[in-house]
Amino acid sequence: MNELGTLVRVFAYLSILTVGGGMAAFPEMEHLTVTVHKWMTSAQLVHMYSVGQLAPGPNMMMIVSIGDWAVWEASGSMALGIVGGLIVVVAFFGPTALLALLVGRAWNKLEKWPWRLSIQQGLAPVSVGLLLAGTLSMAKTAVTGWTTGGIALAVLLTMLWRKVNPALLVLGGAVAGFIAFMPK
Amino acid sequence: MSDATITRSDEAALVAAARAKATVFDIFWQFLIIGGTSFGGVVPYLREGLVTKCHWVDDKEFVELLSISQSLPGLNATNMAILLGDRLKGWMGAVAGILGVCLPGALIMLAVGMFYRIHGDHPYVTYCLRGVAAAAAGLLLATCIQLGKKSLSHRFDLVFVLVTVLCVNRLHLGVPKTLVIVGLLAIFFHYPRKSEKAEVSQ
Repeated sequence: MNELGTLVRVFAYLSILTVGGGMAAFPEMEHLTVTVHKWMTSAQLVHMYSVGQLAPGPNMMMIVSIGDWAVWEASGSMALGIVGGLIVVVAFFGPTALLALLVGRAWNKLEKWPWRLSIQQGLAPVSVGLLLAGTLSMAKTAVTGWTTGGIALAVLLTMLWRKVNPALLVLGGAVAGFIAFMPK
Repeated sequence: MSDATITRSDEAALVAAARAKATVFDIFWQFLIIGGTSFGGVVPYLREGLVTKCHWVDDKEFVELLSISQSLPGLNATNMAILLGDRLKGWMGAVAGILGVCLPGALIMLAVGMFYRIHGDHPYVTYCLRGVAAAAAGLLLATCIQLGKKSLSHRFDLVFVLVTVLCVNRLHLGVPKTLVIVGLLAIFFHYPRKSEKAEVSQ
Protein backbone atom coordinates (compact mmCIF):
# COMPACT_ATOMS: atom_id res chain seq x y z
CA MET A 1 0.00 0.00 0.00
CA ASN A 2 1.80 3.04 -1.37
CA GLU A 3 -0.36 5.58 0.44
CA LEU A 4 0.52 4.21 3.89
CA GLY A 5 4.25 4.77 3.43
CA THR A 6 3.67 8.31 2.21
CA LEU A 7 1.37 9.03 5.17
CA VAL A 8 3.97 7.79 7.64
CA ARG A 9 6.69 9.94 6.07
CA VAL A 10 4.50 13.07 5.94
CA PHE A 11 3.21 12.81 9.50
CA ALA A 12 6.53 11.80 11.07
CA TYR A 13 7.98 14.93 9.44
CA LEU A 14 5.08 17.11 10.63
CA SER A 15 5.56 15.68 14.12
CA ILE A 16 8.93 17.38 14.65
CA LEU A 17 7.54 20.73 13.47
CA THR A 18 5.07 20.97 16.36
CA VAL A 19 7.23 23.38 18.36
CA GLY A 20 5.09 25.14 20.94
CA GLY A 21 1.94 23.27 19.88
CA GLY A 22 0.29 21.38 17.06
CA MET A 23 -0.75 24.46 15.13
CA ALA A 24 2.90 25.26 14.32
CA ALA A 25 2.76 22.43 11.79
CA PHE A 26 -0.45 23.65 10.14
CA PRO A 27 0.98 25.64 7.19
CA GLU A 28 3.23 22.70 6.27
CA MET A 29 0.36 20.25 6.84
CA GLU A 30 -1.86 22.24 4.50
CA HIS A 31 0.88 22.36 1.89
CA LEU A 32 1.57 18.60 2.04
CA THR A 33 -1.98 17.24 2.41
CA VAL A 34 -3.73 19.69 0.07
CA THR A 35 -1.23 20.92 -2.54
CA VAL A 36 1.32 18.10 -2.77
CA HIS A 37 -0.65 14.90 -2.11
CA LYS A 38 -4.17 16.20 -2.84
CA TRP A 39 -5.73 14.09 -0.08
CA MET A 40 -8.30 16.80 0.65
CA THR A 41 -9.15 20.47 0.01
CA SER A 42 -8.16 23.39 2.26
CA ALA A 43 -11.79 23.79 3.34
CA GLN A 44 -12.03 20.11 4.30
CA LEU A 45 -8.79 20.29 6.27
CA VAL A 46 -9.96 23.41 8.14
CA HIS A 47 -13.33 21.76 8.84
CA MET A 48 -11.63 18.67 10.28
CA TYR A 49 -9.30 20.78 12.41
CA SER A 50 -12.20 22.87 13.70
CA VAL A 51 -14.50 19.98 14.54
CA GLY A 52 -11.48 18.43 16.26
CA GLN A 53 -11.69 21.21 18.84
CA LEU A 54 -14.83 19.50 20.15
CA ALA A 55 -13.06 16.21 20.81
CA PRO A 56 -11.28 15.57 24.13
CA GLY A 57 -7.60 14.66 24.39
CA PRO A 58 -4.59 16.05 22.51
CA ASN A 59 -5.26 18.81 20.02
CA MET A 60 -4.70 17.95 16.32
CA MET A 61 -6.29 14.51 16.63
CA MET A 62 -7.91 15.36 13.28
CA ILE A 63 -4.79 13.83 11.74
CA VAL A 64 -6.62 10.49 12.24
CA SER A 65 -9.36 11.65 9.90
CA ILE A 66 -6.78 12.70 7.29
CA GLY A 67 -5.10 9.27 7.38
CA ASP A 68 -8.43 7.46 7.25
CA TRP A 69 -9.64 9.70 4.44
CA ALA A 70 -6.48 9.34 2.29
CA VAL A 71 -6.30 5.54 2.52
CA TRP A 72 -10.05 5.03 2.18
CA GLU A 73 -10.06 7.18 -0.95
CA ALA A 74 -7.02 5.44 -2.49
CA SER A 75 -7.99 1.86 -1.68
CA GLY A 76 -11.77 2.06 -1.63
CA SER A 77 -11.73 -0.01 1.56
CA MET A 78 -13.21 1.35 4.77
CA ALA A 79 -11.24 -1.16 6.89
CA LEU A 80 -7.92 -0.10 5.35
CA GLY A 81 -8.95 3.49 5.99
CA ILE A 82 -9.20 2.78 9.72
CA VAL A 83 -5.74 1.20 9.65
CA GLY A 84 -4.46 4.32 7.85
CA GLY A 85 -5.93 6.57 10.53
CA LEU A 86 -4.32 4.64 13.37
CA ILE A 87 -0.93 4.42 11.62
CA VAL A 88 -0.94 8.19 11.24
CA VAL A 89 -1.37 8.57 15.03
CA VAL A 90 1.78 6.53 15.60
CA ALA A 91 3.71 8.44 12.93
CA PHE A 92 2.59 11.83 14.26
CA PHE A 93 3.14 11.20 17.98
CA GLY A 94 6.01 8.67 17.84
CA PRO A 95 9.01 10.89 17.01
CA THR A 96 8.22 13.61 19.55
CA ALA A 97 7.37 10.96 22.17
CA LEU A 98 10.81 9.41 21.78
CA LEU A 99 12.43 12.84 22.03
CA ALA A 100 10.43 13.68 25.18
CA LEU A 101 11.51 10.38 26.72
CA LEU A 102 15.21 11.07 26.06
CA VAL A 103 15.14 14.74 27.08
CA GLY A 104 13.05 13.93 30.18
CA ARG A 105 15.74 11.51 31.32
CA ALA A 106 18.59 13.96 30.64
CA TRP A 107 16.73 16.87 32.22
CA ASN A 108 18.63 16.96 35.51
CA LYS A 109 21.87 17.54 33.64
CA LEU A 110 20.30 20.01 31.22
CA GLU A 111 18.78 22.05 34.02
CA LYS A 112 22.16 23.47 35.07
CA TRP A 113 23.26 24.17 31.48
CA PRO A 114 23.39 28.00 31.09
CA TRP A 115 22.06 27.91 27.51
CA ARG A 116 18.91 26.07 28.56
CA LEU A 117 17.19 29.28 29.67
CA SER A 118 18.38 31.01 26.48
CA ILE A 119 16.87 28.25 24.36
CA GLN A 120 13.62 28.43 26.29
CA GLN A 121 13.44 32.23 26.07
CA GLY A 122 14.51 32.25 22.43
CA LEU A 123 12.08 29.56 21.30
CA ALA A 124 9.14 31.31 23.03
CA PRO A 125 8.70 34.09 20.42
CA VAL A 126 9.31 31.63 17.56
CA SER A 127 6.62 29.31 19.00
CA VAL A 128 4.16 32.20 19.24
CA GLY A 129 5.09 33.23 15.68
CA LEU A 130 4.58 29.69 14.34
CA LEU A 131 1.22 29.49 16.14
CA LEU A 132 0.22 32.86 14.69
CA ALA A 133 1.36 31.80 11.19
CA GLY A 134 -0.74 28.62 11.50
CA THR A 135 -3.68 30.64 12.79
CA LEU A 136 -3.50 33.05 9.86
CA SER A 137 -3.29 30.31 7.21
CA MET A 138 -6.24 28.59 8.86
CA ALA A 139 -8.23 31.83 9.18
CA LYS A 140 -7.72 32.56 5.47
CA THR A 141 -9.95 29.57 4.75
CA ALA A 142 -12.25 29.90 7.76
CA VAL A 143 -12.98 33.63 7.72
CA THR A 144 -14.47 34.51 4.35
CA GLY A 145 -16.91 37.34 5.01
CA TRP A 146 -18.74 39.46 7.56
CA THR A 147 -20.62 36.58 9.19
CA THR A 148 -17.63 34.28 9.75
CA GLY A 149 -15.54 37.32 10.73
CA GLY A 150 -18.17 38.29 13.30
CA ILE A 151 -18.27 34.78 14.79
CA ALA A 152 -14.45 34.67 15.03
CA LEU A 153 -14.32 38.12 16.64
CA ALA A 154 -17.07 37.25 19.13
CA VAL A 155 -15.17 34.10 20.18
CA LEU A 156 -11.88 36.02 20.42
CA LEU A 157 -13.36 38.71 22.67
CA THR A 158 -15.20 36.20 24.85
CA MET A 159 -11.99 34.23 25.36
CA LEU A 160 -10.01 37.34 26.28
CA TRP A 161 -12.57 38.68 28.74
CA ARG A 162 -14.06 35.61 30.36
CA LYS A 163 -12.99 32.14 31.36
CA VAL A 164 -15.18 29.93 29.19
CA ASN A 165 -14.62 26.33 28.10
CA PRO A 166 -13.40 26.67 24.48
CA ALA A 167 -15.41 23.61 23.41
CA LEU A 168 -18.61 25.47 24.34
CA LEU A 169 -17.60 28.41 22.13
CA VAL A 170 -17.00 26.04 19.20
CA LEU A 171 -20.49 24.59 19.74
CA GLY A 172 -21.81 28.16 19.88
CA GLY A 173 -20.10 28.74 16.52
CA ALA A 174 -21.97 25.76 15.05
CA VAL A 175 -25.31 27.16 16.22
CA ALA A 176 -24.43 30.67 14.98
CA GLY A 177 -23.34 29.28 11.61
CA PHE A 178 -26.51 27.22 11.26
CA ILE A 179 -28.74 30.22 12.02
CA ALA A 180 -26.75 32.66 9.89
CA PHE A 181 -26.23 30.54 6.75
CA MET A 182 -29.60 28.74 6.70
CA PRO A 183 -31.49 30.09 3.66
CA LYS A 184 -34.35 32.24 4.95
CA MET B 1 6.43 27.95 59.64
CA SER B 2 6.30 24.49 61.17
CA ASP B 3 2.77 24.07 59.75
CA ALA B 4 4.02 24.67 56.24
CA THR B 5 6.90 22.22 56.76
CA ILE B 6 4.54 19.53 57.98
CA THR B 7 2.12 19.99 55.09
CA ARG B 8 4.94 19.86 52.59
CA SER B 9 6.47 16.71 54.00
CA ASP B 10 2.98 15.18 54.25
CA GLU B 11 2.47 15.96 50.60
CA ALA B 12 5.86 14.45 49.77
CA ALA B 13 4.96 11.28 51.71
CA LEU B 14 1.58 11.13 49.97
CA VAL B 15 3.24 11.43 46.56
CA ALA B 16 5.88 8.82 47.42
CA ALA B 17 3.21 6.36 48.61
CA ALA B 18 0.97 6.95 45.57
CA ARG B 19 3.94 6.49 43.21
CA ALA B 20 5.00 3.25 44.86
CA LYS B 21 1.50 1.83 44.38
CA ALA B 22 1.01 2.94 40.75
CA THR B 23 1.00 0.18 38.14
CA VAL B 24 1.41 0.45 34.38
CA PHE B 25 -2.32 -0.21 34.05
CA ASP B 26 -3.12 2.60 36.53
CA ILE B 27 -1.15 5.00 34.35
CA PHE B 28 -2.98 3.84 31.22
CA TRP B 29 -6.35 4.10 32.97
CA GLN B 30 -5.77 7.56 34.44
CA PHE B 31 -4.55 8.97 31.13
CA LEU B 32 -7.46 7.27 29.35
CA ILE B 33 -9.87 9.14 31.63
CA ILE B 34 -8.04 12.42 30.98
CA GLY B 35 -7.95 11.69 27.24
CA GLY B 36 -11.69 10.97 27.22
CA THR B 37 -12.94 13.90 29.32
CA SER B 38 -10.62 16.84 28.58
CA PHE B 39 -13.01 18.94 26.52
CA GLY B 40 -11.63 22.34 25.54
CA GLY B 41 -7.97 21.95 26.53
CA VAL B 42 -6.07 19.26 28.34
CA VAL B 43 -3.89 21.05 30.93
CA PRO B 44 -6.52 21.68 33.68
CA TYR B 45 -7.65 18.05 33.40
CA LEU B 46 -4.04 16.83 33.66
CA ARG B 47 -3.56 18.81 36.87
CA GLU B 48 -6.86 17.62 38.33
CA GLY B 49 -6.11 13.97 37.56
CA LEU B 50 -2.38 13.76 38.26
CA VAL B 51 -1.95 16.19 41.18
CA THR B 52 -5.31 16.38 42.97
CA LYS B 53 -6.72 12.91 42.39
CA CYS B 54 -3.76 10.52 42.05
CA HIS B 55 -1.01 12.44 43.91
CA TRP B 56 1.57 11.17 41.42
CA VAL B 57 3.24 14.61 41.39
CA ASP B 58 2.95 17.74 43.52
CA ASP B 59 2.19 21.12 41.98
CA LYS B 60 5.85 22.09 41.76
CA GLU B 61 6.85 18.98 39.80
CA PHE B 62 3.71 19.32 37.65
CA VAL B 63 4.73 22.84 36.60
CA GLU B 64 8.29 21.64 35.96
CA LEU B 65 7.07 18.77 33.73
CA LEU B 66 4.74 21.15 31.93
CA SER B 67 7.56 23.56 31.17
CA ILE B 68 9.70 20.71 29.78
CA SER B 69 6.69 19.66 27.67
CA GLN B 70 6.24 23.15 26.31
CA SER B 71 9.86 23.65 25.32
CA LEU B 72 9.96 20.40 23.32
CA PRO B 73 8.26 19.71 20.00
CA GLY B 74 5.09 17.70 20.44
CA LEU B 75 1.81 18.44 22.15
CA ASN B 76 1.49 19.17 25.85
CA ALA B 77 -0.86 16.27 26.48
CA THR B 78 1.34 13.62 24.88
CA ASN B 79 4.64 15.00 26.21
CA MET B 80 3.21 15.09 29.75
CA ALA B 81 2.04 11.48 29.39
CA ILE B 82 5.53 10.42 28.29
CA LEU B 83 7.43 12.38 30.97
CA LEU B 84 5.19 11.36 33.86
CA GLY B 85 4.74 7.76 32.71
CA ASP B 86 8.52 7.41 32.43
CA ARG B 87 9.11 8.85 35.92
CA LEU B 88 6.57 6.43 37.40
CA LYS B 89 7.24 3.19 35.54
CA GLY B 90 9.97 3.69 32.94
CA TRP B 91 9.31 3.36 29.22
CA MET B 92 6.37 1.00 29.80
CA GLY B 93 4.68 3.71 31.85
CA ALA B 94 5.41 6.25 29.11
CA VAL B 95 3.84 4.02 26.45
CA ALA B 96 0.81 3.34 28.71
CA GLY B 97 0.36 7.08 29.31
CA ILE B 98 0.52 8.17 25.67
CA LEU B 99 -1.75 5.32 24.51
CA GLY B 100 -4.32 6.23 27.15
CA VAL B 101 -4.34 9.93 26.43
CA CYS B 102 -4.58 9.47 22.63
CA LEU B 103 -7.04 6.58 22.35
CA PRO B 104 -10.41 8.28 23.08
CA GLY B 105 -9.77 11.33 20.90
CA ALA B 106 -8.38 9.18 18.07
CA LEU B 107 -11.47 6.93 18.05
CA ILE B 108 -13.81 9.93 18.20
CA MET B 109 -12.01 11.69 15.33
CA LEU B 110 -12.02 8.46 13.30
CA ALA B 111 -15.83 8.35 13.65
CA VAL B 112 -16.19 12.09 13.02
CA GLY B 113 -14.02 11.86 9.90
CA MET B 114 -16.14 9.01 8.51
CA PHE B 115 -19.35 10.90 9.24
CA TYR B 116 -17.89 13.99 7.57
CA ARG B 117 -16.81 12.03 4.50
CA ILE B 118 -20.35 10.71 4.05
CA HIS B 119 -22.43 13.71 5.15
CA GLY B 120 -19.93 16.59 4.89
CA ASP B 121 -21.61 18.13 1.87
CA HIS B 122 -25.11 18.08 3.35
CA PRO B 123 -26.20 21.76 3.45
CA TYR B 124 -27.14 21.71 7.17
CA VAL B 125 -23.72 20.25 8.04
CA THR B 126 -22.01 22.89 5.87
CA TYR B 127 -23.79 25.75 7.66
CA CYS B 128 -22.67 24.46 11.05
CA LEU B 129 -19.11 23.76 9.87
CA ARG B 130 -18.62 27.29 8.57
CA GLY B 131 -19.56 28.59 12.02
CA VAL B 132 -17.37 26.01 13.75
CA ALA B 133 -14.34 26.91 11.61
CA ALA B 134 -14.84 30.63 12.27
CA ALA B 135 -15.11 29.99 16.02
CA ALA B 136 -11.94 27.86 15.93
CA ALA B 137 -10.10 30.72 14.17
CA GLY B 138 -11.16 33.14 16.93
CA LEU B 139 -10.11 30.62 19.55
CA LEU B 140 -6.65 30.25 18.01
CA LEU B 141 -6.13 33.99 17.84
CA ALA B 142 -7.04 34.26 21.52
CA THR B 143 -4.49 31.51 22.29
CA CYS B 144 -1.80 33.46 20.36
CA ILE B 145 -2.48 36.56 22.45
CA GLN B 146 -2.63 34.70 25.78
CA LEU B 147 0.50 32.68 25.02
CA GLY B 148 2.34 35.80 23.86
CA LYS B 149 1.50 37.67 27.07
CA LYS B 150 2.59 34.74 29.19
CA SER B 151 5.72 33.49 27.46
CA LEU B 152 7.50 36.50 25.93
CA SER B 153 10.24 37.78 28.20
CA HIS B 154 11.48 40.84 26.27
CA ARG B 155 9.78 43.59 24.27
CA PHE B 156 12.03 42.87 21.26
CA ASP B 157 10.58 39.33 21.15
CA LEU B 158 7.62 40.79 19.23
CA VAL B 159 10.01 41.36 16.31
CA PHE B 160 10.92 37.65 16.33
CA VAL B 161 7.20 36.80 16.35
CA LEU B 162 6.59 39.00 13.30
CA VAL B 163 9.68 37.75 11.42
CA THR B 164 8.56 34.16 12.05
CA VAL B 165 5.11 34.88 10.61
CA LEU B 166 6.61 36.64 7.58
CA CYS B 167 9.07 33.79 6.91
CA VAL B 168 6.31 31.17 6.99
CA ASN B 169 3.35 32.95 5.42
CA ARG B 170 4.93 35.51 3.06
CA LEU B 171 8.40 34.21 2.12
CA HIS B 172 7.17 30.57 2.25
CA LEU B 173 10.48 29.45 3.75
CA GLY B 174 8.77 26.51 5.44
CA VAL B 175 8.69 25.79 9.16
CA PRO B 176 12.07 23.94 9.43
CA LYS B 177 14.17 26.71 7.85
CA THR B 178 12.26 29.39 9.76
CA LEU B 179 12.75 27.49 12.99
CA VAL B 180 16.49 27.20 12.47
CA ILE B 181 17.09 30.77 11.25
CA VAL B 182 14.79 32.77 13.54
CA GLY B 183 15.19 30.28 16.39
CA LEU B 184 19.00 30.61 16.41
CA LEU B 185 18.81 34.43 16.18
CA ALA B 186 16.37 34.54 19.08
CA ILE B 187 18.40 32.10 21.18
CA PHE B 188 21.57 34.16 20.66
CA PHE B 189 19.60 37.31 21.47
CA HIS B 190 18.79 35.68 24.83
CA TYR B 191 22.38 34.43 25.35
CA PRO B 192 23.23 33.57 28.97
CA ARG B 193 24.15 36.83 30.67
CA LYS B 194 26.19 36.82 33.84
CA SER B 195 24.43 39.98 35.00
CA GLU B 196 21.04 38.27 34.93
CA LYS B 197 21.70 36.61 38.25
CA ALA B 198 22.39 40.00 39.81
CA GLU B 199 19.19 41.42 38.32
CA VAL B 200 17.13 38.56 39.67
CA SER B 201 18.59 38.80 43.16
CA GLN B 202 17.97 42.53 43.35
